[in-house]
Amino acid sequence: MSTSSIVVKNDKQDGKRVGMRRSTVYFLIALALIGVSAVRALTSATDLTSSGQVAGTLALAVPIGMAGLGGLWSERSGVVNIGLEGMMILGTFFGAWGSWHWGAWAGVLTGILGGALGGLLHALVTVTFTVDHVVSGVAINLLALGSTQYLASQTFQKVVGSKQSPPLAALSSWNIPGVSPWLTKLEAHHWFFVSDVAGILGGFVTGLSVLTVLAAALMVGTYFLLWRTPFGLRLRSCGENPIAAESLGVNVYKYKYIAVVVSGALAGLGGVFMVMVSSNVYQDGQTGGRGFIGLAALIFGNWRVGGLSLGAMLFGYTDSLQLRGSDAVHALLLGVAVLLAAIAIRKALSKAYRQAVVYVVFAGVFWLWYGTTHEVAPALVNCSPYVITLVVLAFASQRLRMPKADGMPYRKGQGK
Amino acid sequence: MSDNQNAGSAGGGSSRIRAYFDRLDWERIGLAVAAPVLAILFAALVTSVVLLISGKSPTLALSDIFSYDIHPDSTVAILNRATTYFLAGLAVALGFRMNLFNIGVEGQYRIGAFFGAYVAGVVSAPGPVKIILAILVGVLAGALWAGIAAVLKVTRGVNEVIASIMLNYIAINLIAYLLQTNTLGYQPPGSNNVSTKPLPADAMFFTIGTYGGQIWGFVIIAVVLGVGFHLLLSRTRFGFDLRTAGQSDGAAQASGVNVKRMILTALLLSGGLAGLAGIPELLQDAGSYNLTFPPGIGFTGIAIALLGRNNPIGIALGALMWGAFDRASNQLGFDGFQPEITLIIEGTIVISVVVAYELVRRYGLKRQQSRVGRELAAAAAQAAGSKNKEAAA
Repeated sequence: MSTSSIVVKNDKQDGKRVGMRRSTVYFLIALALIGVSAVRALTSATDLTSSGQVAGTLALAVPIGMAGLGGLWSERSGVVNIGLEGMMILGTFFGAWGSWHWGAWAGVLTGILGGALGGLLHALVTVTFTVDHVVSGVAINLLALGSTQYLASQTFQKVVGSKQSPPLAALSSWNIPGVSPWLTKLEAHHWFFVSDVAGILGGFVTGLSVLTVLAAALMVGTYFLLWRTPFGLRLRSCGENPIAAESLGVNVYKYKYIAVVVSGALAGLGGVFMVMVSSNVYQDGQTGGRGFIGLAALIFGNWRVGGLSLGAMLFGYTDSLQLRGSDAVHALLLGVAVLLAAIAIRKALSKAYRQAVVYVVFAGVFWLWYGTTHEVAPALVNCSPYVITLVVLAFASQRLRMPKADGMPYRKGQGK
Repeated sequence: MSDNQNAGSAGGGSSRIRAYFDRLDWERIGLAVAAPVLAILFAALVTSVVLLISGKSPTLALSDIFSYDIHPDSTVAILNRATTYFLAGLAVALGFRMNLFNIGVEGQYRIGAFFGAYVAGVVSAPGPVKIILAILVGVLAGALWAGIAAVLKVTRGVNEVIASIMLNYIAINLIAYLLQTNTLGYQPPGSNNVSTKPLPADAMFFTIGTYGGQIWGFVIIAVVLGVGFHLLLSRTRFGFDLRTAGQSDGAAQASGVNVKRMILTALLLSGGLAGLAGIPELLQDAGSYNLTFPPGIGFTGIAIALLGRNNPIGIALGALMWGAFDRASNQLGFDGFQPEITLIIEGTIVISVVVAYELVRRYGLKRQQSRVGRELAAAAAQAAGSKNKEAAA
């Protein structure tokens, strides 16, 4: 446990870093809720907090979150994983193929195994052969895309006539009895704040897929495994300082292999979710770069479970707003303007006047954008996860801390 | 270099050539060639296994690829296709030489092609001016798009790989947004496809007519750029600084190189080359930018730069090979094979070539170590022997 306590100490020394107090987090969440409620009430864009929107967010956030979680495992052990997209693609094909042959749950398993296979290849190339991690990841993306297209043409195309799988069996989903209807009723009143909270909670308990629950469990489980057990400490030590880990008797290769294979399996599960929950067929190019958004969520979340799930939810939220085709995206512009103005006030209070001016200017830009237009083009909304990540990187790269030996080649005995 | 000249001037013409060959380090050349050859053989093996499993004959596929690719019209098509790939490969290689991974070539290529096509399309000017405008705007737009990642890297310390992945997706969505009739797009009457305003026939780049078809004039530009790339990196102060900065930040800084400025320049140059990569397609074939512009050129460029070891000749060979695969995949579809098999070949080559380079490097290092060890041991033995003799005397 010594490493984790050192990390905590560093956080405190650097001042306002990742380690926010729990009460502050709750306070910020409450503030965000009130802010969104206010924007909803002002613009009457009810979709901002409707249960349907939240359910959509969850459905879109799970693949992103699983890819991000896969990235977390891999990068915490010191292996950069650009190949998440490819492993996800493997998950979509093998998930659909297994489900088509042997039923839904077998499909989940084969999809996970398919992703893990991609992870194993990445581990072999980066750990055993110490090839540059990014190069290997790019190659795996190419290979996964090519081989699944080939496999789809060998399997589905011969049966269905196109490179799309036949409709797949659905996994079960459930509503929490007693709670959902009550929340729906409350949401319909459109009361300030109360209906908003009801809508959000309703989205979390209505039509919940088994895989969503599994994903949430994996998030929590990963946190405990990586931050609360000796196994996790050793795995993370390989990502921070493999030579020191080796000197303490940790088999670095073994931990890296485990981490990267698990990483592939998680990305594969994200792919399975896309073919079995988000839709019910496999198609070429179905992942649409979600593996890369997962990577973005990981960085946005500062290589931590909580941060990355927040990032995945945020990206899922904008995605869902856009997919539902509502005017809510336009309303969100006002929300962004309000948020920026709030930050500006905070900066001004802490006497950072130059930054405050910058924030005020940006708030004004969003305000103008909201006032002068009636809708936001879908293609621009699609950009938002990437733009947000760039902005976060640009403004907070000093506060982000990736694992120290992330992406470094390591060979056994190199520290001797 | 001067040794070579001395040796040459001392003897006649044939001995000059012999001296040149003696000076070549055959072991190094052998090792350098071994890796790609091994990788291609391995890829052929994997592909054969895949074909055998799906009940197809690998030899038939191979003979298909070869016999089709040596058709005159195929060779012309391959050469044209390779031009685009070569430029993309050069763009990636320039970054690699500086130890920068410009994974954003894909986005820079699209941005360059789109804005080049748009500006050349809407400006009313004679054809040649449009051509020059398309090239200049394409290069500039690509460079500026890469410049975003470069500025983020040097001012805010943002990793260029992550930034340029994000910029790739922003580019794709931005172009989707701009390519609408109510933004910058143009819809010809009676057509469903939106593109930029098409260029007139006199704004197309010249081609060279041959027996097998029209060779793109851009092939010449590509060759010139390849030579320029080599000269810039190996014969100029700038190239030396760039490679130094790529190998060691500290060493470069100590010898007075402004590393930040080198990063900025290298990424801008790389982005400019990437922006140029889409222009041949525009000025020789398509005439406008539309959503069917070939995707994935940037990622192919990465593969080709890796295969060609960031060396212009290697990149040219890799680009030709990729062009040949592309061409063959059309034909394979007619003969009952799945055209996607070429994607497997390409993917396998990329992954095995990087592993092969590493294995060959380790092997070479081991050989070198054992040779040096042997020489040292021999020298030590000799020294010991002469000492013994002295002692005996």
